[in-house]
Amino acid sequence: MSSWLDYTINGLIVGNVYALVAVGLALIFGVSRLINFAQGSIYLVGAYIGWVAVVQLHTPLPLTIIFVAVVAALVGLIIERFGLRPLQNSVRIAPLLATIGISFVLDQLVMLTFSPNPRALPSQLPDVRFQVGGGTIGPLDLLIAGVGISSAVLLFVFLRYSKLGWAVRAASQDRDAAMQMGVDVNRVNQAVFGIAAALGGVSGLLVGMYYNQIDTAMSLQATLKGVVAEVVGGAGNVPGAVVGSLLLGLVESYGVAVFGTSYRNLFAFLLLVVVLVLRPNGLFASARQAPPEPLTGTFIAPSRPVRIPRWALLVAAAVFAILPLLPVSFYVLQTLINAWLLGMLALSLTLVAGTIGQVSLGHAALLAIGAYTSALLSLTLSVPVGLAIIAGGLMSAALGTILISPSFRLRGHYVSIATLAIGEIVSLVILNWESVTRGPIGISGIPPLSLFGYDLISPTSVYWFSFAVMVVLALLQARLLSSHLGRSFRAIRDDDVAARAYGLSLNRYKSLAFIFGGFAAGVSGGIAAHLYSYINHETFNTQQSILALTVVILGGLGNVVGAIVGAVALVGLPEVFRIAAEYRILIYGIVLLLLVRFRPQGLLGTI
Amino acid sequence: MTTGAPEPLLVLTDVNTFYGQAQVHFDLSISVGRGHIVCLLGGNASGKSTTMKIILGLVKPRSGEVTFDGASLIGLTTPQIVRRGIASVPEARRLFADMSVRENILMGAFVRNDRDAVAQDLDKMLTLFPKLGQRLSQRAGSLSGGEQQMVAMARALMSRPRMIVMDEPTMGLSPLYVDRVLELIRTINQEGVSVFMVEQNASLALEIAHEAYVLQTGKIVLSGSARTLKDDPRVRDAYLGGSEAA
Repeated sequence: MSSWLDYTINGLIVGNVYALVAVGLALIFGVSRLINFAQGSIYLVGAYIGWVAVVQLHTPLPLTIIFVAVVAALVGLIIERFGLRPLQNSVRIAPLLATIGISFVLDQLVMLTFSPNPRALPSQLPDVRFQVGGGTIGPLDLLIAGVGISSAVLLFVFLRYSKLGWAVRAASQDRDAAMQMGVDVNRVNQAVFGIAAALGGVSGLLVGMYYNQIDTAMSLQATLKGVVAEVVGGAGNVPGAVVGSLLLGLVESYGVAVFGTSYRNLFAFLLLVVVLVLRPNGLFASARQAPPEPLTGTFIAPSRPVRIPRWALLVAAAVFAILPLLPVSFYVLQTLINAWLLGMLALSLTLVAGTIGQVSLGHAALLAIGAYTSALLSLTLSVPVGLAIIAGGLMSAALGTILISPSFRLRGHYVSIATLAIGEIVSLVILNWESVTRGPIGISGIPPLSLFGYDLISPTSVYWFSFAVMVVLALLQARLLSSHLGRSFRAIRDDDVAARAYGLSLNRYKSLAFIFGGFAAGVSGGIAAHLYSYINHETFNTQQSILALTVVILGGLGNVVGAIVGAVALVGLPEVFRIAAEYRILIYGIVLLLLVRFRPQGLLGTI
Repeated sequence: MTTGAPEPLLVLTDVNTFYGQAQVHFDLSISVGRGHIVCLLGGNASGKSTTMKIILGLVKPRSGEVTFDGASLIGLTTPQIVRRGIASVPEARRLFADMSVRENILMGAFVRNDRDAVAQDLDKMLTLFPKLGQRLSQRAGSLSGGEQQMVAMARALMSRPRMIVMDEPTMGLSPLYVDRVLELIRTINQEGVSVFMVEQNASLALEIAHEAYVLQTGKIVLSGSARTLKDDPRVRDAYLGGSEAA
């Protein structure tokens, strides 16, 4: 490919694929004000069902498409019926978290069924290309364009002329009023999930054919791209989602043309952040639209936290402190070191997500910033490791807060999207900024942990070091939460309008929370870097952000002790039960789903 | 005004409603006679709108009974209740802002499947609300408040309800439209539709109502025929939030 026309055609084709995902997201958001993070998983399922159809059942192309659409729609219906409908009267964060849990479960089920290795998905179309102007176009391009356009037409006809379509439109504009007209919102939800899943599944099939390869990493990427396209077009706006998708496809394609392939995603997420900052309701949102999030109300389940007497905490701390002196295996210490590192990240996230209510899905980026800062300082400038880790924490606090600050004006689900995007941007900058971060090669030979000139190499010393750091951070955070500042944080979480009316500056308090949280996460990342001795741009990924969120919810949002208990439980229990590594993510997903459904306030309760 | 008590259509008996710990209704009992206009008066936060929501099944009472035409509505979903013959004109009208006026009115007939009769009813609405004729293809969100109220009433009538519940139908309207709306409510009622309306504006509501109830912090403090209540000084106190009303 060389000509601009080729890049334009490629952009539009890819945009068409995104549109199939984004339109489904827009329909769902319209009706239930929910960003469906499982949409990419359905796309993944579609790709693999397509593989089964093409490679094993040898279905002809039209039948393949229908087969994929039907199976994907069924998956969508199941998600709606069993994953989301029981949460209808739950706190607003619950469905969002449920879709994240569902996506983990679906992705892992696909991975366990088909193995994580990439597979070839043959396109079933002749491999010829026609000359068009200065570029070329193939039958598959035409198929994708055809499917995109005919889906759009079908959807338009459905929404405009069918009774159920009217119900969908009415429910997306005013759910309560629609119910008062006799619209059964459950049926509307069902219809919308079925349609969205069918479109998403077919999209996965087409992408698989387009790149002639499918693998399980497609899922998250598809969700992210679909969300970007949808938000660019205006959340819940179906035609907007189509335009946003085409725009995204073109921006990516031209970006790749100018800067290279590894920049593709960077452009997608920069586009998202720019749109969120400048026009949070999307490029085409009408001003009259009702605000996508209610102005007040609890996003997070309120509860009466479990009171743990001080002596019990002291005893627990003492037991963990003397643990290395007892006859325990290195394996146990190793596991607990991981738990303490995750605990620090969870402390950070429970402050940001729980106490001040900004549910971050990109927290691993703070780990990455801390890790790279500490690793590079100690490696290239020979800064002592102890100081380097603190510098990593400070850098994470400063840079993390600056990066997240554009999203301070956002609310609810939008904060989650923005933080997810910012997390991806950090990872992509690390990948592409080779002169500093060494790009895809990563950093190896990072010096081990050391304190005042003494190397901490034995598991025992690493254990004590990480445990001590975590306890100090936890005590600082507990002190912070019991102060006036902690009360202001919670006031902002519970009702930001009222908090502002009482003179609290939202930006200042959100900054403070991210500075404090960023420091804890950065320190955790810094310690991890020196412990692993090798890091790259994928060491701290979105999966880790989600794991941290699961920990925090397990412990109880905002709950300091809960964050640590959650970390020990999630890291420790799979070890206790010797669960094989490939099943762990599945377990995390199921834990998240069960928590959201049966105990949204977590084990120890939200504070 | 008719005299004598008609057979009741909608009956609320000893309804107690809670939002979390806070009790909204205390043994609320209301009866709406067949063919009557019944008005529920009360100030802010007296529990008026929640009464609407109880009838429509949007809020579930903790105890008590709600019956419509002799059958209980407790446990039914809002769409099921609508299918029983209750239509609503919600507070602040709640039109589907991005749908056209025609689509909004037709949404009212969502529960019906008789296409031809629906088309006839649409024409009938245009004679009842002549102003809407020129607005049919306009976005509902672009109409003035008074026009929106007309659309909301037409929309409610399209389901051929036996009863319409209205939440503050005159709120935020110009005096001209207030008179027009009250007149229309009377017209609707004369065609056989029972009306239950929630109002803050007592003097206006009592002009057209047969009976009225006065609600104060979740309790009925006064009730009776509109004619007697109109002259009752306690009504004015209650509706102004006076503390010695009962």
